Amino acid sequence: MNHLLARYAESIFWMARYMERAENLARILDVETFDRDEDGAKNWLPVVRMNADEERFFTKHQETSAETVLHFYILDADNPTSILSAVGAARENARILRPWISLEMWSQINVFYKEMQGLGAKDLALHNLNRLCTRIKEACQAHTGITEGTFYRDQGWYFYQLGKAIERADQTTRLLDIKYHTLLPTAEGGELVHHFSQWNTVLRSAAGYHAFRRENRRAMTPDSVAAFMLFNESFPRSVTQCVRLIDMFLHRLKSRYNLRGGNAAMEKVDEIQHMLQTRSIDDVIRGGLHHYLDHLQFQLSTVTSAIGRDFFGQDLAAT
Amino acid sequence: MSLTTESPADLMGRYEPGGFFDELFGGPAHPAPHTRLIRERLSRLDFSELKRRADDAEKELYNLGITFLVYFQQQATDRILPFDIIPRVLSAEEWAHLEAGIIQRVTALNLFLHDVYHDQKILKDGVIPADLVLGNPNFRPQMMGIDVPHGTYIHINGTDLVRDGDGTFRVLEDNGRVPSGVSYVVENRHMMQRVFPDLLAGIGIRPVGNYGVKLHEALCQVAPHQGGDDPRVVLLSPGAYNSAYFEHIFLAREMGVPLVEGRDLVVQDDKVYMKTTDGLAQVHSIYRRINDDFLDPKAFNPDSALGVPGILEAYRKGNVALANAIGTGVADDKAVYAYVPRMIRYYLDQDAIIPNVETNICREAEGLKYTLANLDRLVVKPVGEAGGYGITIGPRAAKAELDECRAKLVADPANYISQPMIPLSVCPTLVEDGIEPRHVDLRPFAITGEKTWVLPGGLSRVALRKGSLVVNSSQGGGSKDTWVLERPVA
Repeated sequence: MNHLLARYAESIFWMARYMERAENLARILDVETFDRDEDGAKNWLPVVRMNADEERFFTKHQETSAETVLHFYILDADNPTSILSAVGAARENARILRPWISLEMWSQINVFYKEMQGLGAKDLALHNLNRLCTRIKEACQAHTGITEGTFYRDQGWYFYQLGKAIERADQTTRLLDIKYHTLLPTAEGGELVHHFSQWNTVLRSAAGYHAFRRENRRAMTPDSVAAFMLFNESFPRSVTQCVRLIDMFLHRLKSRYNLRGGNAAMEKVDEIQHMLQTRSIDDVIRGGLHHYLDHLQFQLSTVTSAIGRDFFGQDLAAT
Repeated sequence: MSLTTESPADLMGRYEPGGFFDELFGGPAHPAPHTRLIRERLSRLDFSELKRRADDAEKELYNLGITFLVYFQQQATDRILPFDIIPRVLSAEEWAHLEAGIIQRVTALNLFLHDVYHDQKILKDGVIPADLVLGNPNFRPQMMGIDVPHGTYIHINGTDLVRDGDGTFRVLEDNGRVPSGVSYVVENRHMMQRVFPDLLAGIGIRPVGNYGVKLHEALCQVAPHQGGDDPRVVLLSPGAYNSAYFEHIFLAREMGVPLVEGRDLVVQDDKVYMKTTDGLAQVHSIYRRINDDFLDPKAFNPDSALGVPGILEAYRKGNVALANAIGTGVADDKAVYAYVPRMIRYYLDQDAIIPNVETNICREAEGLKYTLANLDRLVVKPVGEAGGYGITIGPRAAKAELDECRAKLVADPANYISQPMIPLSVCPTLVEDGIEPRHVDLRPFAITGEKTWVLPGGLSRVALRKGSLVVNSSQGGGSKDTWVLERPVA
C-alpha cells in the first residue's frame, strides 16, 4: 500500500484550510457592505475582533474605516489573517504538493494568487467590493470544484476534507461571534429591527438565508439563527454538520488505511459532538454564546493538534 | 514598410546564419534536407502569428509555474526559462551517432569511477595523473572499496555538446553530479504540442514523455534486494527555495514518488526511513538532488541542514541506493574532462565517437604556456565552477579582463583549462522584430541502471542575446524544443 508522506498530509490539510479561510473572509467582507446605512466605523470593528487582531490592526491604523479594514484583510501581505496571506499560504502548500496534486489544482491556485497580488486600492473601493469578493469566492469555489473532480482519492483526500471541515466549523463560530453582543440582554425593544438586519447579514454571508427561511418561515430571531448555524443537521456550514464530517472522515481514514494514530483526535471530536448534542440554544445563550463559541474554537484547535501529533510526523524525531 | 507586415516568406527568406553552421538550414558542406518540410511550414506563418503563439506559450509557462527561482540582492523571483518556439531538429542519422557516443562516454565514466574507487589501475598506469584525481576536492575516500549495483555511479548524466563551424558535434562538458534541465525537455514538447500542433503534424518525432518511467525503472534496478519487487523510491530535494525546485517537482510527479526533504527522512540501524502518516516506512532508492557536501552532516559538511544524518553509513552498508552515487564529481571535473578520450581508449579500446573540444590543461607546463601565449584567442574556464561563471572569452575580452585572467592563471594554474573559441552553431530564433540566428548548445540526458538509455534529443539551450555564446539560464539563456526525427531522410 502507498504510504503518505507525513509532510504532504500536513500540507494538504493546510491548503484546504487556507482556501476555506479565504472564502469565508471574502463572504464576511462582502456582506458587511449591506449594512452601510449604519455608522461605518462601528460596523467594521467586529471584523477586526473576529480574529482577535485588534493589537496588530491598531498599530497600523488609527480607525476601523472601510478603507483600512478592507486593505488590512484583503491586500495586506504583512497581515497573516488577510485573504492575500491565506491564498499565498495555500499556494505555498500547493507548491509543496505539486508532485501529488493535479496540474489543474496547482495551476488554478497559482493563477489566483498572482491575480490577488496584482490587486490595488482601486479594487477595494466600495463600489468594486462586491465584484472583488464575488471573484475571490468564485475562485475558492473553483478550487473546491477542481479538487472534487481531480483529487486522487487516497489518504490525502481525507486530510483535505478534514482540513476543510475543521476550518469551516471554526469560521462559522467566528462569524456568529461577531454578532454575539446583540444577544446580550438589552432593555430597548427598538433594537429588534437592528437585530433583524444583523442576523440577516450572518445568514447571507454563510449563504444560508434561503435555507433558513425554508426551515423557519415564521420568524427570524437571533436565537433561531444561532441555532441554525450551530445545530442544523443539513446546512453545509453549520458547526454540527462540519463536526459530523470531521468524525466521519477520521473514522474512514483510520479504518480504510489501517492507521495506528487518530484516537486522540477522535476522542476530542466525540467531546465536541457531545457539546453540540446536549445543549439547547436557550442553554447556550444563558451560559453566554461568546463563551460557548470560544470553547468550540478551542476544542477544534485541539483536534488539529491531535491530528498533527498523530499524522504529521511531529513525534517522529530523528534519532 | 514595417517588419510585422512582411510576408512570411520574406521572414525566412531574409534569414542569414552569418557564416555559422545552422541547425535548421545546415552548412555549406551539409545542407539539411531533413528539415525541408518544417522550414516550409514555418515560412507559411507570418510574424504576428508566430509572436502570438510565442506569447501564449510564455503566459502558459508562467501560469503553470514552470519557473526557476533567481536570487538577486536576497530577493527570490520566479522566472520562466524563456522558450523559443522555433524547434531545433536533429536527423535520425545525427541522433544515432550522438546516442552511440553518449552511451560510450557514460560507460567509460562509470568504469573510471569504479576503478578510481577500487584498484586505481588507470592512475597506476599513468594514463591520468594520480594527483588530479586523488587531490580533487570531489574525490570521496569514503567510497573506496564500495561496490555499487551494476557498477553504476552516474545514473543520470547530462553531456554538454556543441557543434562547431563544420557541423561536427563535440563534447564541451560532462555533468555527472546532479545535472538539471530535463524537465524543460519534456515541458517544451508539451508546449509545442499545444501551441504548434500544425507544425508537428505527421513529422514523426521521437517522443520524450517516458523519461520519468525510465528514471524510475533505473532507480528500481539499483535498489537493494530488501526492497523486493516494488522498492520505495523517493526524490530528495533541498526544498522549495532551490532554484531547480520545479524540476524536482516535475521528476517526482513523472515517477509517481514523493518529493522528500532531509527532514522527512531518518536513519535508524543504518536504514533510511521516511516519516509517513503511519509512522516510519523504509526507503530503498533515492534520487537525490543535493550535492555530496550537503548530503550527510555526519560525514560531510556538518552545517548542512538539508541532508540526512547517517545516510552515508546506510549507503555504505548497501541498505539504500543513491543516484547519483557519492563521489562522481571526480569524473565530470573540467580538468579530468580532457582525459576522457584517453579513458575511453583505456577501458573500451575504442576511439571516442564524439570528440572533445581541444583542451589545454593549465596544470601542465605546456598547457599553461600555450594558454598564456594565446590568451586573446582562447576561452579560459575555472575547473570547479558551473553555470558559466568565471569564464573569460579571450576574443571578446577587454585588455583589463585579459590581464586579470592572466594574473589568476599564473597564481593558480591548476584551477584552469583553456579551449579554442568554438563558433557555436546557430538556430533561427524568434526575436523582437523578426527571426535571427542565435547560438545553441545541446545537453542530452542519459539514464543508467543496468544499462544506458538516452532520452532522444535533450535540452537545446539558446543564447538569446545577439552574438552571445553563453547559453546558461542564469545568464540570459533560453531553450528550444529539440526534435529527433523518427525516420531517416529518404
